[in-house]
Amino acid sequence: MNEIPISYFLVLSAILFGLGVLAFVVKRNMITVFMAIELMLNAVNLAFVAFDRARGGAHDGWVFVFFVIVVAAAEAAVGLAIAITVVHNRQSLNIERVNLLKF
Amino acid sequence: MTLPLVLFFVFAGLAVIGALLMIFLREPIHSALALILVMVALAVLYLLLGAEFIAAVQIIVYAGAVMVLFVFVIMLLNAGEEERTNISKLAHYVGWPLGIFLTVELVYWMLRAPVGGGASTAPLAPGDPTRDLSMLLFKSYLFPFEITSILILIALIGALVLAKRDS
Repeated sequence: MNEIPISYFLVLSAILFGLGVLAFVVKRNMITVFMAIELMLNAVNLAFVAFDRARGGAHDGWVFVFFVIVVAAAEAAVGLAIAITVVHNRQSLNIERVNLLKF
Repeated sequence: MTLPLVLFFVFAGLAVIGALLMIFLREPIHSALALILVMVALAVLYLLLGAEFIAAVQIIVYAGAVMVLFVFVIMLLNAGEEERTNISKLAHYVGWPLGIFLTVELVYWMLRAPVGGGASTAPLAPGDPTRDLSMLLFKSYLFPFEITSILILIALIGALVLAKRDS
């Protein structure tokens, strides 16, 4: 009775990752861009858990999810500190005003 | 339609709606709340996949700690409505088609993923999955686990150095 095809989860993961990429490209606010990265990492986590369930046996996939969550937390801390620094220097969160390295 | 399937569609729909809201809402704080919706929905999907521990970590670390940090910074910086600029037309006109194309392509390849021919969430093998996870984490993956603590230390120091005021 308790049966959902794994491919459903994989398709949802693909859609969420695509929406994350879309948000990353079209959003202009630095903090929202960080949120798009978090969304992509979440989509990858879902794919990891789904593949782990499909494989059965040892739960190596969960360990990878664990590490992804740790790295995402570290990335959020550093990224938001950078956002604070950018606002102090530029008085704006718009990524198009942070174009010093733009060719 | 069995109950798990209904639950899957409800929470998958919530996750996709949350992601779309994140893109289309212009206030950063609204985007953050939409992202929390996505993360809570994903936690329920982890439960459906039998990953109770991951679901708990998802709620506590992601929906709790990380998103509180985001909301805190949004409040701290007083981030208002996203301004519309016309500096980069490229991102607007190329970003949407390429993003949609990438999504369709990812869905296509995920449908062809070799997961063993229509594998489904059949009942798990007997045992304690969380115990298995901790065995893996503290035996096979002990070294990466310890390295992770150094990564967090580096992130902590880096965030402090970046965010401190110039003295």
